[in-house]
Amino acid sequence: MHELSIAQNIVEIIHKHIPEAEWEKVASVHLKIGKVAGVVSDSLDFSFQAITAETSLRNTRLEVESIPFRVLCNACGVTTENEVGFTVCSECGSGNTKVLSGSELDITEIEIAEPAVKIS
Amino acid sequence: MSIVTIERKVLEKNDELALQNREVFQRHGLFVVNIVSSPGSGKTSILEQTLEHLKNKLHIAVIEGDVQTDFDAQRVAKFNVPVVQIVTNGGCHLDAKLVQDALASINLDGIKLLIIENVGNLVCPANYDLGENVKVVVASTTEGDDKPLKYPTMFRNASALLINKIDLLPYINCNLTELKTNALKINPKLKVFETSCTTKQGIAEWCTWLEKQV
Repeated sequence: MHELSIAQNIVEIIHKHIPEAEWEKVASVHLKIGKVAGVVSDSLDFSFQAITAETSLRNTRLEVESIPFRVLCNACGVTTENEVGFTVCSECGSGNTKVLSGSELDITEIEIAEPAVKIS
Repeated sequence: MSIVTIERKVLEKNDELALQNREVFQRHGLFVVNIVSSPGSGKTSILEQTLEHLKNKLHIAVIEGDVQTDFDAQRVAKFNVPVVQIVTNGGCHLDAKLVQDALASINLDGIKLLIIENVGNLVCPANYDLGENVKVVVASTTEGDDKPLKYPTMFRNASALLINKIDLLPYINCNLTELKTNALKINPKLKVFETSCTTKQGIAEWCTWLEKQV
């Protein structure tokens, strides 16, 4: 369950980049998570909701963009995608490849609601 | 709505600490190995064999990571090498901060090789850079030949694969060729060793490779 520690890191990044007076208004956090980053989005969402439930970030949602695992083959020049994370080229079988994407675990944007989210 | 663009690694804090660890390692001329695997694959047994083989050739220190107990540190201490046990108290992986704290308890002067035995877990440790030079993954034959496909990240990020408990092959349903093929499709650069801590098969080859990296 390293999603819990990842959720804690997200909270810390919000706290670092957004002034405290605005925390109540953080509507969403946009994340890019690679297919083979080893992060389960549902677990991350659950962890984030659990640790922010009683805090000023309780209205914040996580918006996850899933990034495919893409491999560029230096031998045949073709870019392919696969779900498993094979780095061998699925076109020609060469191992001379470069991984283009799929391991991301990035926070890209924080969306602030204006006016403030109504506190219930 | 207003949007604040930040473009950060979620684990940037860990990455910063890993970078600090890496600077400490470089300053001491240390080569650092992070051993990862599922629980029970034989990481500690491999470590014991490695210490037995290399302790008279290299000054080695060990950091042990476990969820509970210092059993592994006790096993390693018998080889008279500096060892620190990190108990994560439920944490499923080591992170750069835990390693940084552990480093405070080791005198690194003269040490050439630091071996970090991670918590037994093929998923979570993959995301956390500790500042190591290489990751080594241990997969035992009893776990089956499909492990690389089920947990690809660990195999993709590793430099070497030790297929351990190789002596048990005749008794179990594990296709060695399939296991190697699967691992090499994930990561064709993997250096593969077939090892047994009971018969000592492959231990000398693995230690020779490791010694060359240092």
